[in-house]
Amino acid sequence: MSNKNLTGSLRRWTSRVITAEELLPEELPEYTRSFVYLFGACTLGAFVCLIASGITLALFGPGWWHASSVGHFVNSIHFWSVQCFFFFMVLHLWSQFAMAAWRGGRNLTWVVGALLFVCSILAAFTGYLSQQNLDSQWISVQGKDAMNAVGIGAFFNLLNFGQMYSIHIAVMPAVIAALITVHLILVRRKGLVPPLADDEGGKGDADAG
Amino acid sequence: MRAELPSDTRQPRMKPYDLVREALLALGFVLVLVLVLASVFSSPDAPALTIRGYATARPVSFLQTALRELDGTGTIADYGPPYNHGTGSLQSIGPISPQRWAGVRIPVNTAQDFVLGPLTDIAPLQPALQTALSQFQQASTTQRASWEAAYGKALAANAGQSASPAAPAAAGPVGVMLPALLHIAQLGGLQGLMLSSSTHRSITNDTLPLLFLSGPALTAQAQHYRLLSTQWGMMNETGNYPGAVWLWLYTLWYQVPPFSSSHSGDLMIMGVMGLLTLGFILTPWIPGVNRLPRTLRIYRLIWRDWYRQ
Repeated sequence: MSNKNLTGSLRRWTSRVITAEELLPEELPEYTRSFVYLFGACTLGAFVCLIASGITLALFGPGWWHASSVGHFVNSIHFWSVQCFFFFMVLHLWSQFAMAAWRGGRNLTWVVGALLFVCSILAAFTGYLSQQNLDSQWISVQGKDAMNAVGIGAFFNLLNFGQMYSIHIAVMPAVIAALITVHLILVRRKGLVPPLADDEGGKGDADAG
Repeated sequence: MRAELPSDTRQPRMKPYDLVREALLALGFVLVLVLVLASVFSSPDAPALTIRGYATARPVSFLQTALRELDGTGTIADYGPPYNHGTGSLQSIGPISPQRWAGVRIPVNTAQDFVLGPLTDIAPLQPALQTALSQFQQASTTQRASWEAAYGKALAANAGQSASPAAPAAAGPVGVMLPALLHIAQLGGLQGLMLSSSTHRSITNDTLPLLFLSGPALTAQAQHYRLLSTQWGMMNETGNYPGAVWLWLYTLWYQVPPFSSSHSGDLMIMGVMGLLTLGFILTPWIPGVNRLPRTLRIYRLIWRDWYRQ
């Protein structure tokens, strides 16, 4: 084994990936003064609510919220956090598409964001399957046909509560948290996408509304 | 392929901004929003259907389901991979059949796993059942089919009734076995026997009970809550709650031909959605799609202050 200092190597690599100034700037371009820039932050806020309510539900076990009014309220927070998470994420997605936010070498930022959306759907799906009520029963018996049709039904068995619950509370939150981290680093590293050049489209500023 | 959309080259002025404050404010806003929604609207929780509940509420339907599992005419008995070598639910597009390629990975023998296995487990407690089981297992296939048909006829005559019919003499041992199965199901024992079966032993794996309930038992409940695939069920929720709205595109395909009418609709839809998902991820590189923002001109609304300058 060489005498290379791994700690130093990791520090130098980290500073190459992103500096503290890039990660937490105190100034932003004037064009960022638009409400659409809040959609991403609200998505992140909903994710924090999801994790907090999810940890509480996991601590008391999957049966708790069916029998306890407090548990049911925590489940309601989890349920509405999911709705808010997707609501703000879709608004964020639409606005980033409308801004062609992949310009200027930001393709990877888009790709990671799109993967986040896909993984979030998978996380929500396993969450629905973990409810242990009529809804989860029906989703599992209906969804199994699509999984079986593509040959993954035995490896991703929707009828196996233990497997779906494990994936939902352990695997998917970790994957989503990791992707959010990468997404945020890419956003901060590349900076916010500048406005499109207004030399096409055939309409003047006055039409913008 | 055309180059990417050009960015404005004017140098923007930098303005003071507090990202951490923005994140905390967003968190506070969402937290309040979620607490209000949870307090006012609560959340759905339609109770799970149990085999005990099904057997108690609809004994004739339960017996008909059990009979289909015994005589091999149920959906799961001839389903195909990953449960067995049947072809009833085997999907393919021409020579492409991932379902067949994956093979039988969760073997399910409906007669054994749903009926004969649980009955064998409880037979030591009931000498008459032990005799009936022995008689059934030693009989020829033709004889078994004859008994099953006779019992099925009696059940059909009482379909929709709240009480199970008396077994006709022509039903032979089947007339003893299935009422015994109904009895143990009504006492709550059948689900536990399935979960502890020798081939699927796992108390957190509901595969067997759910496959048993996947026929008329759950379908009737799902229809009541508008959860069937033909009712846009995948994005519906029990009660008046928003469901998985983000699955709207996936659900849409199940409403239109050829997907809605094809025996391999699931495979076709998964293929289409796989391609669309790939396209979504690769948007920056797809000609035409990556220039749509210029056509839509929504960016001018987002950056309206910038363009006014």
